Amino acid sequence: MASAPENQKTIELVNQNLAKRYRAEKRFRAYGIASIGFGLLCLLFLFTDIIGKGHTAFLTTYVKLNVELSTDALDIYDVNDPQQIAGADYQGVLKKALRERFPEVTGRRDKRALYGIVSSGAGFEIRTLIEQQPELLNTTLDLWVLADDDYDTYYKSRSSDEGAYTGRFNEKQISWIETLIADGAVEKRLNTTFFNAGDSREPEQAGIRGAIMGSLFTLLVTLALSFPIGVASAVYLEEYAKKNKFTDFIEVNINNLAAVPSIIFGLLGLAIFINFFEMPRSIPLVGGFVLTLMTLPTIIISSRAAIKAVPPSIREAAMGIGASKMQVILHHVLPLAMPGMLTGAIIGMAQALGETAPLLMIGMVAFIVDVPGSISDPSTVLPVQIFLWSDSPERAFVEKTSAAIMVLLGFLIIMNTLAVWLRKRLERRW
Amino acid sequence: MEAIAENTAKVDNMIDTKKDVQNNSPESADLSNLETVGIPFSDNAKMSMRDVDVFYGDKQAIHGVGLDIGQNEVLAMIGPSGCGKSTFLRCLNRMNDTIDICKVTGSLQLEGQDIYDPKLDVVPLRARVGMVFQKPNPFPKSIYDNVAYGPRIHGLVSRRAELDEIVETSLQRAGLWNEVKDRLHAPGTGLSGGQQQRLCIARTIAVSPEVILMDEPCSALDPIATAKIEELIAELSENFTIAIVTHSMQQAARVSNRTAYFHLGKLVEVNETEKVFTNPDHSLTEAYITGRFG
Repeated sequence: MASAPENQKTIELVNQNLAKRYRAEKRFRAYGIASIGFGLLCLLFLFTDIIGKGHTAFLTTYVKLNVELSTDALDIYDVNDPQQIAGADYQGVLKKALRERFPEVTGRRDKRALYGIVSSGAGFEIRTLIEQQPELLNTTLDLWVLADDDYDTYYKSRSSDEGAYTGRFNEKQISWIETLIADGAVEKRLNTTFFNAGDSREPEQAGIRGAIMGSLFTLLVTLALSFPIGVASAVYLEEYAKKNKFTDFIEVNINNLAAVPSIIFGLLGLAIFINFFEMPRSIPLVGGFVLTLMTLPTIIISSRAAIKAVPPSIREAAMGIGASKMQVILHHVLPLAMPGMLTGAIIGMAQALGETAPLLMIGMVAFIVDVPGSISDPSTVLPVQIFLWSDSPERAFVEKTSAAIMVLLGFLIIMNTLAVWLRKRLERRW
Repeated sequence: MEAIAENTAKVDNMIDTKKDVQNNSPESADLSNLETVGIPFSDNAKMSMRDVDVFYGDKQAIHGVGLDIGQNEVLAMIGPSGCGKSTFLRCLNRMNDTIDICKVTGSLQLEGQDIYDPKLDVVPLRARVGMVFQKPNPFPKSIYDNVAYGPRIHGLVSRRAELDEIVETSLQRAGLWNEVKDRLHAPGTGLSGGQQQRLCIARTIAVSPEVILMDEPCSALDPIATAKIEELIAELSENFTIAIVTHSMQQAARVSNRTAYFHLGKLVEVNETEKVFTNPDHSLTEAYITGRFG
């Protein structure tokens, strides 16, 4: 009987503390939610900013002109003669069309400004047109041609809250474009140039294809080297290497390498591949070598973790019926560790895709107009392209920069999704 | 005669000290001069071990064990946790090789051949001395591939039909054929625990080993699955030599011909199973089987 009141007391004490405990529990959860909320908010801000700035780059302004494709003006008398096709004055017919559209413009300086309405690359479109449809020669037709970036920026910003961005425009230039707009001769179209062209000094002609191909070739080299080397190292360290001071030393060093600033790898690549082996600068092959050095620690560490996670019972089962060490590894350990190793490799690749600093050191920051066709063509990569564009003075490059970031983010999202999907797909339960 | 007298004297001696055994923890009993009693050796030995010591680093796990496993015999090894019976079993097909710090000394022979000979290849050894583990560990592959794995890696068959036959007979001998014949290509991991363990046994016998080592094969199974495995062990003993480690004394009593009692890394007693469970020679064995510790 004596214990009854005492029991009562214990329960009361517990109840008293219960509310406090619940509050602590709630706070603990709230910290987590707050952290995630903060992260999501930052991400949302980043995406809104980038998409807000960059989405306009996927459209570009075209101007409708009445162009006369006369033989004399173009200097083409035989459409089968490549020399004539190559040497023709396509820009000239556009200039003529502009002069006819605005006959009141007379001064030399004004004329130069007038010609600036169309892009300096618009002539190539006419050339393509003539090559594809030679029968259009000696006809006069309404053509939509690419506008210059200043007019593109003006037209896009016209409807914004801040008002049209006039920049370097004078009154006349504004009046010309407004006349054209009033005529319905200006419109925004899908910007195919952005996806099909290499870099250019002219924003309206600049595209990211060169950078995408450069990134692709660089990553191919990186993947082809770092995955086999990384997996082989991980297998050796996990399965064969004896535990001793030397392997400990290697392990510490691999972990250290994973944290070394990437620009150091760039300097290393510059010293070894370019200065010592005298490989060419700016090529994806060397870029791939450098990024391999950078990605290897990541892949080795994740592969080792994946191999470690293979249940020992599976190894024992295989060894128990007489599988050799290699058979145990090839038949059982690697297949079971593969999802983890692939995830590590893809995350390493995503890291390599976003890497800029080491590639600056080996010259992949050069201004390269041509789209690279192989791993030995000079090229640049997506993040470096972003870096280059963000540094350019032309206002039109602002939206290009954001658009390129969107493309890069798109690739990163695809790669990370692939990593998750592969993990889900290949993971076996036992 | 002398030996018997000696044994009797020892047993008498032990009976005298029984009070101490009861009162003190048997673990604290002085074992330094313990010698194995009973009949550890066999005239028709498949495997014979002499003076086996096993060390994990500085710690000695097995002290001078001498034991024979007879041809087509089922030898049960019992003893309290940590007595070294599993360690000893794993020495018999060199599964301890994977543990870097594990060192085995003494003589361990399979039909007169030293299995710890540095020149000996463990791959054929493990094909001759197969193993079934405590927890069912089928590969995350199909039932068929689980059983076919051994014959495949050892190159025992050249044609698909032969492989099919081996898979079928192995599954039949493991008593699993009727349950799985319609789903040979379903994952082995989808079977129940008892079926998985029989699959593991089928996988082991598919390479036709001479000796099968079983390390507590039923400890993760329910009584019905256990009964099936025990039945299976009895059948398998017609063709194989079996050494089984078990925690269940009833199981040892049911399936084995001889029983070896291990205590703190030492082999205390080996005798005919019936004798061990009815009239053990050693007081420590008696204390264990009567449940005074374990």
